[in-house]
Amino acid sequence: MNLLKGRSARAWTGFAGAAVALFAVAPAALSDFRLGLLAKYLCMAMVAVGICLAWGRGGLLTLGQGVFFGLGGYAMAMHLKIADAGPGNLPDFMQLYGTATELPWWWRPFGNPVFALAATVLLPMAVAALLGLFVFRRRVKGAYFAILSQALASAFAIWLVGQQATTGGTNGLTDIQGFFGYALDDPVNQRMVYFVIAAALLLLIALARQLIHSRYGELLVAVRDSEERVRFLGYDPANVKLVAYVVAAGMAGLAGALFVPAVGIISPALIGIVPSIEFVIGAAVGGRASLVGAVLGAIAVAWAKTALSEEFPAGWTYFQGLLFVVALAFLPGGLASLAKVLRRRGATAPAKAAVVTVGEAA
Amino acid sequence: MSGLEIRGLRVSFDGFTAVDGVDLDVRAGDLRFLIGPNGAGKTTLVDAVTGLVKARGSVRFGDEELLGRSVHRIARSGVGRTFQTATVFEELTVLQNLDIAAGAGRGAWTMLRRRTSVPEEVATALDTVGLAELADSPAGTLAHGQKQWLEIGMLLVQDVRLLLLDEPVAGMSHDERQATGELLRRISEERTVVVIEHDMDFMRSFARSVSVLHAGRVLSEGTVAEVQADPKVQEVYLGHAATEDAGDLAVREA
Repeated sequence: MNLLKGRSARAWTGFAGAAVALFAVAPAALSDFRLGLLAKYLCMAMVAVGICLAWGRGGLLTLGQGVFFGLGGYAMAMHLKIADAGPGNLPDFMQLYGTATELPWWWRPFGNPVFALAATVLLPMAVAALLGLFVFRRRVKGAYFAILSQALASAFAIWLVGQQATTGGTNGLTDIQGFFGYALDDPVNQRMVYFVIAAALLLLIALARQLIHSRYGELLVAVRDSEERVRFLGYDPANVKLVAYVVAAGMAGLAGALFVPAVGIISPALIGIVPSIEFVIGAAVGGRASLVGAVLGAIAVAWAKTALSEEFPAGWTYFQGLLFVVALAFLPGGLASLAKVLRRRGATAPAKAAVVTVGEAA
Repeated sequence: MSGLEIRGLRVSFDGFTAVDGVDLDVRAGDLRFLIGPNGAGKTTLVDAVTGLVKARGSVRFGDEELLGRSVHRIARSGVGRTFQTATVFEELTVLQNLDIAAGAGRGAWTMLRRRTSVPEEVATALDTVGLAELADSPAGTLAHGQKQWLEIGMLLVQDVRLLLLDEPVAGMSHDERQATGELLRRISEERTVVVIEHDMDFMRSFARSVSVLHAGRVLSEGTVAEVQADPKVQEVYLGHAATEDAGDLAVREA
């Protein structure tokens, strides 16, 4: 029991530390421009929280989180575009193509702020539930699951590009002005968006932590490590995986929704195959089985992308790929496991049993 | 307590018939040993009963027909098994392993909260299989024999009424075998136990009844003495009718 207390005390300290850093230190230390970038990185971290749960704990290599990020992002952006246009008017890009005379039917419900907000989370969850039901029941797993996710991300991005008149095509939904009545070009409001994002991230971390340490979290690890054995205990592993997958999708959806006011755009290029892989790289580098590792990894990789691609625009992609391969091949537990690995190296008698096998990568 | 009743069980893979019309009755509270040469169909039989492979025929446990149900539903109707290689959740502690095994009937609300105390059946099982002191150790650090005991403990908290154990004493020391045998004896006072085993000494010490499988069929059935005296069994184990004790050679073969 002492151990339990120690663990939760450490968690509270970490949580309080993160809150101070996000709400006091960062706004004071960073320029408005840098704070805006941080808001964007925090959105990536929100996706990573879900990936930590689904991949790190559940062994589901979710290579298609861009789909859910995109669904959340587009749901939010559609509402904001309708609100920007004002009652009775069409969003600017629709007027530009001149073919539409009224809002397409599937845009209309998004005019309602409550519907749109709920849709940013519930729509991705519903899609994930439907997909997961088919995939997990049919016992599709490992690399096949990863490839399927990836294909879905690709298909979604291609579909969006094809629907130029209603989705903005390759450009996406751009030039978003307001956020529920607040003008987004005002630095004060941008700061507010940052705070909303920071609070949402902390909330998701708390939620994921509760799930990981619950009985469900223990069962999820059991499914990851020996699915067949769990089945012989009377559980249906498909349902166990489904919960993790759906929760991760909801988190990605919320991240996408908050990404839109922070950056002012959502487009197919932000949700296709490459961004989907980037979501996973952050978690892999930081440590997919550890919440702290996944979150800090996602922020660090997103930051490195901005910093390095400014300097070496062509080299970044290679560097990123290398990072992924090196992390998976030599440090499967990510940076979060570095201390443990080094400690074990230092110990004279290698403890075979303590190896942090985080399950197969695929 | 319920017994197991198998009728005309047939399992084939791509034209090869692994189990070829097995009839088998295990009465409630029995401690039945299934023996037979490699490839006799022992494990496949257990696979069929637990839903892992498709089979024809009928498998009744109590009043319920098991064939055609999915693996987790068969498990829920009170049938549990172990595997030749112990499969426990290595990264979870002994206590967590048992807690998961006890929990297939838990509701969503219980699942989403933390485990705050040790459920009574888990505490009992920890004592029964003698792992109470290792409750907080990761299952991956257990010795081979201890893993087998943990698996048996998982079946106990799962509250199965029929235990199907696939070579539970393989790789165990003499003392561990003895302890396992006594454990199985205690368990079979309240549950029905079926053990696949190659170890003839172990079988002789603990079996209440024995079925010999050969080439997918039941060759002989009865008490240890009856089976050992059966000329057909001696033939299978020795290749020709011999007066030597069939079991002794089987030990060497295994």
